[in-house]
This record gives sequence, structure tokens and C-alpha cells, in this order.
Amino acid sequence: MTVPLVSQITAHEAGLIGCTQCGKVHRPTIVRCTRCGAALHPRDSASLQRVWAWLIAGLVVYIPANLYPMLATASLGKTTENTILGGVLELIRHGSYGVAGIVFVASIVIPVAKFIAIAFLALSIPRRVKLSPHARHRLFEVVEFIGRWSMIDVFVVAILSSLVKLDFAATITPGVAAVSFALSVAFTMIAALSFDERLIWSRAEHDAE
Amino acid sequence: MSGVDVTSDKMGLDPEAMIACPGCDLLLMDREVALGETATCPRCHTVIEAPRPLAMTRIIMLALAALILMIAAVFFPFLELGAAGMVRRSSLLDTVMAFSTGLTAPLTLAMAALIVILPVTRFLALLYVLGPMAFGSRPARHAHDAFHLAEALRPWAMAEVFIVGVAVALVKVAGLAHVSLGPAFWAFVALVIVTVLKDNFMSRVTVWKTLEARRTE
Repeated sequence: MTVPLVSQITAHEAGLIGCTQCGKVHRPTIVRCTRCGAALHPRDSASLQRVWAWLIAGLVVYIPANLYPMLATASLGKTTENTILGGVLELIRHGSYGVAGIVFVASIVIPVAKFIAIAFLALSIPRRVKLSPHARHRLFEVVEFIGRWSMIDVFVVAILSSLVKLDFAATITPGVAAVSFALSVAFTMIAALSFDERLIWSRAEHDAE
Repeated sequence: MSGVDVTSDKMGLDPEAMIACPGCDLLLMDREVALGETATCPRCHTVIEAPRPLAMTRIIMLALAALILMIAAVFFPFLELGAAGMVRRSSLLDTVMAFSTGLTAPLTLAMAALIVILPVTRFLALLYVLGPMAFGSRPARHAHDAFHLAEALRPWAMAEVFIVGVAVALVKVAGLAHVSLGPAFWAFVALVIVTVLKDNFMSRVTVWKTLEARRTE
């Protein structure tokens, strides 16, 4: 707490607009930040629509990502195809519990938790929820930070396919699921980026009134 | 809301003297933040400003180092796989090209972007913005757009995620063949460390304020 407060009001309540990029405070008639040139929005309520659109898109492509094979291993004339979950089970069978854990968390736990968290945050804006703005703000920061780590499995498939090529006893080729999974991660990242985090706090302002 | 004595700018609040928290929009007095000090929002604890001594110079040096490391990472062998007397070397380029056939072709471009192109674009944009500023001159033309671009690309530059992916892949192949790490792998690890250091030195609001001050000088 190193910046002294004017009082407990937001720029929005004071009839001003704060820039979300550089923090500069503007009078409401100004549409572009004079410091950094970013577009100014008093409260970006259209952001919720964008969040839902990207979230649903991410959810839709996450389904084929789990049903289709992530990679196909051809070894001695025999081809085995592995889905995300199949790959995790394979790792467990080989006794690599640590790596199985990483893949399971990155490809299944994080994406599913992210869908739920973003949907919860978006739902909590027009409604009254028990979770405090502080807790929801923290949740949003976690979602924003963790989203990109889901990309691990796509990278693993790429590295494996480039390493294990025809000249070996085994060949690994990427499956369609790799594409839909990568898209799902990208879409949910855009959903999180579209979210105007100031909305979390504007609810608290209304409650306090 | 109770206890609010100032409710509008009609009451004499000067927008120039204030800053709005980028995280929660809380109005705060804008003041000089000393070097080494971290100013956080009292409500949502978002870091607002954290100027560091010699930050500009350090960011430039680290971005340059990252660029050189990236060149090494792309062209040297990344991983070596040996099985049944054969050795296969795989470079970062091969990894990117792994998706280049069939239905997964669009992923090639995405991979190249996430691992190499976007990080490099970010380093170049930061050099473009901060380079002239470190030497005390006026900001370059379109420095604003370049810095907006650098900040927008931050979540999409996934070098560190890729490194963890490599570790997972190594364990997966370990049973199949002998895998050793090439020089490019270590260059890439160094690149990730340098990137993290660089981002720690950077304070977005401070950069914007400096850009504005230099422009009007």
C-alpha cells in the first residue's frame, strides 16, 4: 500500500475514465488515452459477450481434442493411437507418475478448471455471489497466468514427432486432436484476455451503495 | 457509498494529479515512485509502478542477449536421439515443422509463432521503444504502437512452456532410445531465464510515463 488514496472511489464513480493500459485519468469526453493512445472505455460491458463467445468456442473444440488421437505411434508395423487421456494412462503404465501428473494437470485439469473459472467470473458480474471481489480478482489472475501452460501437450507432440521419424523402429505422427487442443487453449486465453477485470469491482461498488 | 467526501471532478479533483489502478479502477494520488520502490493498489494489490535503477539499460541488454540466444537456439541441434546405432539430430526448426503435413499443417505456423516469431517480435519491439530512451533522446516514431504490441504479445510468447514440453517429451522417449540435449537446448533455457529477468525489470506504467515525459520535453 504505497500509493496514498484520494478516497475510496473509482475513476468511474468520480465521472472520469481510467486507462487500463497506463493508468492515466481522463475526463469522460476523451476517447483515446493522451498518454499511451489506447482506446478508453468507461466500463466495457460488451466484454462479457466476447468472453462468452470465445469461451464457448474453446469448449466446442475441446471436445474433439479429447475424442480424437493426439498422436499415432507406428512401431514394427503396428500403429497405436493415443488420445490425451490414453497418453496419460500409458505414462502411468510405464511408471512415469511425475510426467503423467504434469500432462494430466496441463491437458485436463487446467483446461476444465479454466472453463469453470471463466464461466463463474462472467456469471458473477450481473449476479450476487458469495465470493468477495478480492477472491474473484485473485481467481482471475490465476486463470490469466496459468492458461498458456496448457500448451505443453501440443509442444510435446511436436517434439516427439520431430525426433521419432521413419528411420527408427518407431514413428510418431501428430493427430488431429493436437490442432483442436491448441485452438481450445488459444480461444480460452482470448476469453480471459477479453474479460474487463474492473467489472469484478464495479459490482462491489453497487453493493456498497 | 458512505464516507466519500469527493464524488466528482466538479469538486476540484484534477485528473492530472491522479492515476487509476489498471486492475480495479480505484482513483489514487499519482506521485513520484522512488527507484527500487514498488507501488501497489491498496484495494486489489495490482502492482502499479515498480521502477528499478538502470531498468531501461538492463532491459535493452537482456533483450539483445535473448535475440542472440534465439539465433543459437534455432540453428544448433536441439536434441539428439540415438537408437540401434543411429543418431538423429533434431533442431528447433524440425520441431516446428513436425506438423507440416496433412491436417495438422496450420499448427506449423502456430508453433513457429509461439516459440520463435512472437518472442523475437517482442524483443525487437522493446529494443525499438527503449533503445532511444536509454540514450536520453526522444522516443522513436510509433514507439507507442511498438510498446502496445510488445505488451499484447506477452501472453503469446511461450518459450518457457516449450521448455517444460521438452522435459516431458524426453521422459516419454527415454524408454525408446537414448536422448541427449544439444547446445540449442541450453541456449533456449538461458533465453527463458533472460526473458523472465527482463520482464521483472519492466514496469508498464513507468515506461508509459517516461515515453510521455520524453515526448513533451
